[in-house]
Amino acid sequence: MEAVLLGLVLMLSISLGFELISKVPAILHTPLMSGANAISGITIVGALISAGSGIEPMASILGAVAVSFATINVVGGYLVTNRMLSMFKKKDDSTRAGGSS
Amino acid sequence: MSLELINVWYVVAAGLFIYGLKQLGSPATAVRGNLLSSVGMLIAVVATLFSQQILEFQWILAAAIVGALIGAVAAQRVAMTGMPEMVALFNGSGGIASLLVGWAALYNIGNTTFTNITILLSVLIGGVTFSGSIVAWGKLSEIMASRAIVFGAQRVVNALILITLVACGVLFCLEPAIDSPYLYAVIGLSLLFGVMAVIPIGGADMPVVISLLNAYSGLAACAAGFAINNNILIVAGSLVGAAGMILTNIMCKAMNRSLANVLFSGFGAVKTATKIEGEVKPINTEDAYLILEAAASVTFVPGYGMAVAQAQHVVRELGELLEKNGADVTYAIHPVAGRMPGHMNVLLAEANVPYDQLVEMDDINPRIDNIDVAVVIGANDVVNPAAREDENSPIYGMPIINVDHARTVFVLKRTMASGFSGVDNPLFFGENTRMLFGDAKESISGVISQFKG
Repeated sequence: MEAVLLGLVLMLSISLGFELISKVPAILHTPLMSGANAISGITIVGALISAGSGIEPMASILGAVAVSFATINVVGGYLVTNRMLSMFKKKDDSTRAGGSS
Repeated sequence: MSLELINVWYVVAAGLFIYGLKQLGSPATAVRGNLLSSVGMLIAVVATLFSQQILEFQWILAAAIVGALIGAVAAQRVAMTGMPEMVALFNGSGGIASLLVGWAALYNIGNTTFTNITILLSVLIGGVTFSGSIVAWGKLSEIMASRAIVFGAQRVVNALILITLVACGVLFCLEPAIDSPYLYAVIGLSLLFGVMAVIPIGGADMPVVISLLNAYSGLAACAAGFAINNNILIVAGSLVGAAGMILTNIMCKAMNRSLANVLFSGFGAVKTATKIEGEVKPINTEDAYLILEAAASVTFVPGYGMAVAQAQHVVRELGELLEKNGADVTYAIHPVAGRMPGHMNVLLAEANVPYDQLVEMDDINPRIDNIDVAVVIGANDVVNPAAREDENSPIYGMPIINVDHARTVFVLKRTMASGFSGVDNPLFFGENTRMLFGDAKESISGVISQFKG
């Protein structure tokens, strides 16, 4: 039963994802991709549980390594997306200070 | 915190991811959207840390600090031109994390066969994402040859790897054990398969690969969610999977090729284009200046060559001069220009080009007849009229920006060698085409100095 419910969650999330993303304009494709990529770092939650379970040393080690990689993904992904997005400016508010060399 | 309460927080996090993704859909709200999504991530992480399942923190703390430092430094240091490589590496680290989470889930007690299958899936998808991303990174940063690497028995070898993978997976599920040799076989073969899947793909097809790896990194997280019975992983992972699939689809459509065609056939190996004979009409920067100075509308069409030449800043400067001169300036961007989806938009935004001047292929094509000058900078396939006219061309049927319909076309090109995919481009011989040979950055700087002089 559990598997059926999770499967339902899967179906709904995928269709929601399709719905959300299909409207994104082409100019934002890169930030969209890296922003989505940061979300895929959600696997950090699983990594934390393994790393902290304290039952099997091997599971903790695998989990800890996974935590490092997932944190790279999450922290790097969000920061780089933010960096890119803050460069997108509209005509009126694009500050020309330092821009007109 | 009880499991119920944690799940409530997971729902909040999922809501923030969804709303954040929605806000990423418009330039005006995108920064906030990304912020909301990161708050969602923070909530999910903190809620997990309060879980009773977590008993030891020393490993977590050390690992998280290392990861956060690497991620932050990489995100700050990377140049905008290096963004495709960076995204590939981040994808890869997500993939390996999911592989490890799946692997560690084997140590949980009382795994059912269904759980074991999902564990193998997260190992498989995570492994393919990881090694595939590393190869993509190598190709993008030109540590390895960016062209398609094809050899005769490739498909047979790939099929064998896949069959062995499935066989090892089945054998593992029949007798699951944490030290089962079949587990190691699955891990090794997944990594090998990721390498084999990406090496036959050429540089111009990279936008498809990057989007696809992005989808895989989400699906890997999703599979890991099934393996450890965690719904936030499933929700967030499948959102990312869907996002990646849509981007992959958009990229394939923009090249008029099926995903299978991109993945399994080395580009250009199938057909040879009709050889075009003709004479190019080179011009110098003075003549280019005179034509641009008289133009009422100018559109720039950038391609990967602009990124290579780092010409985006001088392009923006020239655009501003033209605007001051009274011309209407736009930047027409093909969906697959560059090495990842939206690559050119990011570079131009970095150079301070306002996003309302960035127009998509479908917006520029209907009015391109009225454009006085189209300036092609380091783009080739995406403006190649052979895609429209020559049925023998390997890119026949691919939608292009019809620059040849503009009144005048400038093509900035280093030399007369053919472009990446090796197809001859009749645009170069067009009646209204003028070739401006040399480094794109230098050529444009030359025109700028004419404007100022």
